[in-house]
Amino acid sequence: MKFTLSWLKEHLDTDADVNGISEKLTAIGLEVEEIHNPADDLAPFVIAEVLEAAPHPDADKLQVLKVNTGTETLQVVCGAPNARAGLKGAFAPSGATIPSNGMKLRPTRIRGVESNGMMCSEQELGLGDNHDGIIDLPADAPVGTRFSDYMRMDDPVIEIAITPNHQDALGIYGIARDLAAAGIGTLKAQNITTIKGAFGCPQKVVLENPEACPVFAGRLIRGIKNGPSPEWLQKKLRALGMKPISILVDITNFLTYDMARPLHVFDADRIQGDIVVRLSKAGETLAALDDGEYTLDDGFCVITDDSGVIGLGGVMGGISTACQPDTVNVFLEAAWFDPITIAMAGRALGIDSDARYRFERGVDPETMLPGIELATKLILDICGGEPSEVIVTGEAPVISKMVALRPGRVNHLGGVNVTKEEITKILRRLGFQVTKNSDLLDVIIPSWRCDIDGEADLVEEVLRIHGFEHIRSTPLPPASRDIDTGLNAMQKRVRIAKRSAAGQGLREAVTWSFLPSAQTRLFAELKPELVLGNPISSDLDAMRPNLLPNLITAVRRNMDRGFKNVALFECGNQFADDTPAGQSLILAGVRRGQSGAKHWNSTPKDVDAFTAKRDAEIILRAIGVKIDNAQVVAEAPPWYHPGRSGTIRLGPKNILAWFGEIHPAICTALDVKGPLVGFEILLEDIPLPKAKNGNSRGPLKASDFQAVERDFAFVVDRDVTAADLIKAVRGADRKLCHDVTLFDVYVGSGIRENQKSVAISVKLQAIDKTLTEEEIELFSSTVIANVQKRTGGILR
Amino acid sequence: MEDLQKLENGIISGIAAQDTLTGLEDLRVAEVGKKGHVSLLMRELGKMTAEEKKEFGPKLNGLKTRIMKEIAARKDELEAQELNRRLQSERIDITLPSPSENSGSIHPITQVMDEVAEIFTELGFSIAEGPEIEEDFYNFTALNIPPHHPARQMHDTFYFPEDEAGNRKLLRTHTSPVQIRTMMSGPPPYRIIVPGRTYRCDSDATHTPMFHQVEALVIDKDIHMGHLKWCIEEFCRKFFDLNDVKIRFRPSYFPFTEPSAEVDIGCAFKDGEILIGEGDDWLEIMGCGMVNPRVLENVGLDPDEYQGFAFGMGLDRIAMLKWGIPDLRDFFAADLRWLKHYGFAALDIPSLSTQKSGGRSPRDRGSSSSPKGGRPPINKNSGSK
Repeated sequence: MKFTLSWLKEHLDTDADVNGISEKLTAIGLEVEEIHNPADDLAPFVIAEVLEAAPHPDADKLQVLKVNTGTETLQVVCGAPNARAGLKGAFAPSGATIPSNGMKLRPTRIRGVESNGMMCSEQELGLGDNHDGIIDLPADAPVGTRFSDYMRMDDPVIEIAITPNHQDALGIYGIARDLAAAGIGTLKAQNITTIKGAFGCPQKVVLENPEACPVFAGRLIRGIKNGPSPEWLQKKLRALGMKPISILVDITNFLTYDMARPLHVFDADRIQGDIVVRLSKAGETLAALDDGEYTLDDGFCVITDDSGVIGLGGVMGGISTACQPDTVNVFLEAAWFDPITIAMAGRALGIDSDARYRFERGVDPETMLPGIELATKLILDICGGEPSEVIVTGEAPVISKMVALRPGRVNHLGGVNVTKEEITKILRRLGFQVTKNSDLLDVIIPSWRCDIDGEADLVEEVLRIHGFEHIRSTPLPPASRDIDTGLNAMQKRVRIAKRSAAGQGLREAVTWSFLPSAQTRLFAELKPELVLGNPISSDLDAMRPNLLPNLITAVRRNMDRGFKNVALFECGNQFADDTPAGQSLILAGVRRGQSGAKHWNSTPKDVDAFTAKRDAEIILRAIGVKIDNAQVVAEAPPWYHPGRSGTIRLGPKNILAWFGEIHPAICTALDVKGPLVGFEILLEDIPLPKAKNGNSRGPLKASDFQAVERDFAFVVDRDVTAADLIKAVRGADRKLCHDVTLFDVYVGSGIRENQKSVAISVKLQAIDKTLTEEEIELFSSTVIANVQKRTGGILR
Repeated sequence: MEDLQKLENGIISGIAAQDTLTGLEDLRVAEVGKKGHVSLLMRELGKMTAEEKKEFGPKLNGLKTRIMKEIAARKDELEAQELNRRLQSERIDITLPSPSENSGSIHPITQVMDEVAEIFTELGFSIAEGPEIEEDFYNFTALNIPPHHPARQMHDTFYFPEDEAGNRKLLRTHTSPVQIRTMMSGPPPYRIIVPGRTYRCDSDATHTPMFHQVEALVIDKDIHMGHLKWCIEEFCRKFFDLNDVKIRFRPSYFPFTEPSAEVDIGCAFKDGEILIGEGDDWLEIMGCGMVNPRVLENVGLDPDEYQGFAFGMGLDRIAMLKWGIPDLRDFFAADLRWLKHYGFAALDIPSLSTQKSGGRSPRDRGSSSSPKGGRPPINKNSGSK
């Protein structure tokens, strides 16, 4: 919402300057976004007189002027046809910037003739469209005076942000009322006289849908003369960035801004029959004033006559009944439209108009008749004519209601002590009627405050006018009942998991939660309920069913930038369906290239499935999983290489993580050069530790007796897994077997084609004694027997 | 007996002349070993008279002791020389690089979430979370944003297709639906913060379709706007590491709070940088207010018994402010150069006990978007090959 300082002062009697007003506006919730003084743009421009105008020696359309700027006489080359000796106009000296095109002037030569500065047209100064010639001021214009002073342009334009609850500030009068309530000046009384009709209004109005349009007022004015508005009106509108159109249109725009009252003027001779206000039927059309052709849906509020739809109520009028330069009889309308109906129509058709903006936020129904009277007066004053009586069809909705305010609520809710007297004073200044009712204040809401819902809204009114700066900072008291604080076990797990991943050389990324639907199909069936109806782009149209694809494409982008080694992880939600249960929190990582940089003393290793396994195991261990109790099985989802991937699980139904090499087909589909390895940790599926023994870890049972190590090498079939072999070794004697380490796998000469040799080291220790040679021998033979029994392995 | 003095002089100079440990050991055996020269002399004591013994016994013993001492001293010397020689021969080029793993990092969003959680934990809050795919009820209606309310236009909402019943789910436009879910899942009081991903159908230089918010909700019996102000001041003080923070409340409007305010923090705009805690300018950092009685009614609470406040802010935005990160869009690009430059070490876990800025002068306490307090802008060249 924009307004000029001078317009504001037509409603507000104040000595405050623009800064004082601006600060107060922001303080009461009408946040100032910009203050612009058009005089500042024209500061260097002065009134100058053309002393001589001679033809340019080398150009037919140019003249060489001698110009008196008040301080000096300059030579200016000018192309305006109206430039002549004796003309007084706006002169831009060298160094000035032309507002309309941003051109900075400097001394120059035009076709060989020196030129200093420029005589300007209205269009060049941003004052209008006229570019036919330079500005031609009256003969008494004082040479040397600042042009902006002469034109009285020193009038700051203030732009404020309007929150949805401040429909009352969509008119300058409403802004003045708020400022007056906050102590910036006095609100001037509005001077509204009722103009008596000379004859009965012949136009009939029928309201078919009182919900959408409960009231419609109008009057016929005949014998008017339309045309361009007077200068004062044009200037007012132009200052707010509006284009003057004609007297009749400009008057309605004037009142829209002055008192937040949209009106409409029909050419009465072009209305066919009765005006019927009803809901539209699908397929009806309107050629609107913005030159748009609109096809309507069911249920918009439309103004119709015998010819069909002639206007979208409260949004925009139609061309067929629009006023023309030769219009002589007009029908002036002011009505009230239901905000929701207006918003629906405006949104569906994509029409943003000043009327829609106000009606969808709620127009004061009680400005209907004053609006008609003010508009009538302006039309009669400027265009002449004879008014009919005003007809009012229907009944205005009642906005006013009573809200009881406990004065103590201002302190209890707002944290500011404001006396009952002060509360009463503030509310009254805002237009509320306040009466004392024992301990309560009975407050009647004014018709322009449809946003006021209850007591809390009144507290806000008092607080904002009293000043938010008076709210006293108060330490938070202890909660009235003991409540949890800090991170819960799951949140703590997430924090540790992320930091553990980062500790292993993975960089945390945050990628979009959406991705191209084609990519989701690589990981899950595409579910229509997870595809956005209005994606920002087709590349971001489906919710991710998995964290890996975005990480994999991020690897590709980084490779394109020249990185060979990439290690990324992300912790976030993926979506199996659109329910809360379908959302699951995952920590996933990918690696490509080598796990370290080139080094003089060690060769970096290519990442492989075991790198990913290690990542997963370290993170799982960090978040408290006893990894030795978990199983690793050679199964994984289809986006992993079927022979180089695995699942870490506590049981067939309790999967903790997947890891492995990413399936080459996935790499191809996502256009990234593999091999790539990755892992996914199902953070929410890991059981939380049971607080059985509290935090106690129990006593340490450490053996003081010597441990011994024995190495074994077994030849087994190729498809015997390491896990089975270790299990067989451990099964020999769970008590003595302290630690089992697999330290070599060998295939090649000396070993049969379908076999391999696996070396295992076992650490033996008893809790109560040093083991004898016989006991160790016995253990060894049990190991060998057990391995042979379970896996068919033979000691090498 | 031999001339003992002469003998001693000969042996002592022999010791000093030895320059290897083996030579010294040979000498020791030759002179004071079992069959050594001195030992043989001592054996002769047995054949002597009592008087002779009395004279030569102490002399010989003294001689042996002195020799042993000399040998030990020379041995220490030679050993030290030997060690020195070894150490010299073992010298390496210590400037060679150690074997290094590529280091990982934590994203600024995680870091800022952890910092915020730390600060609010100290203030007695817990952390609540909720679904990102939401229902209209939780995201809008329960928060006092009925259909067609103009406030819905302030939220550019991502919608999913309508189901058979005509309902359509959406991506939460703010973290506020978690307020509703929290209040509907158990009795008051509530003191929560809600960090998380949020989505709006908006994309330009300063907006991304996905971003992060954190909001706070406090509901109890006598909570008022003064508590809200204190809470925000405490947060800003700790987050921006300032002793003194200028906070301004401006009346504003949010459907779910009444009264509502926007919060500005004192700052200075200097040469394209924002310096928090200095100057006379204001920067809007969050929206807040007292929870609207309609919202309390919507979750079944009596607004005459319970009341409280809520506030919310952009996590990405406060991260940008604190660490001087210029462009929001880079947060989600997973560019290794950016992650390295703006990321945090794995063990850099925010903790209030280590957050204070130590002995800097008050003048320097401004947290800023400049290289001074933040990180210099990233210089994007090609990646390492």
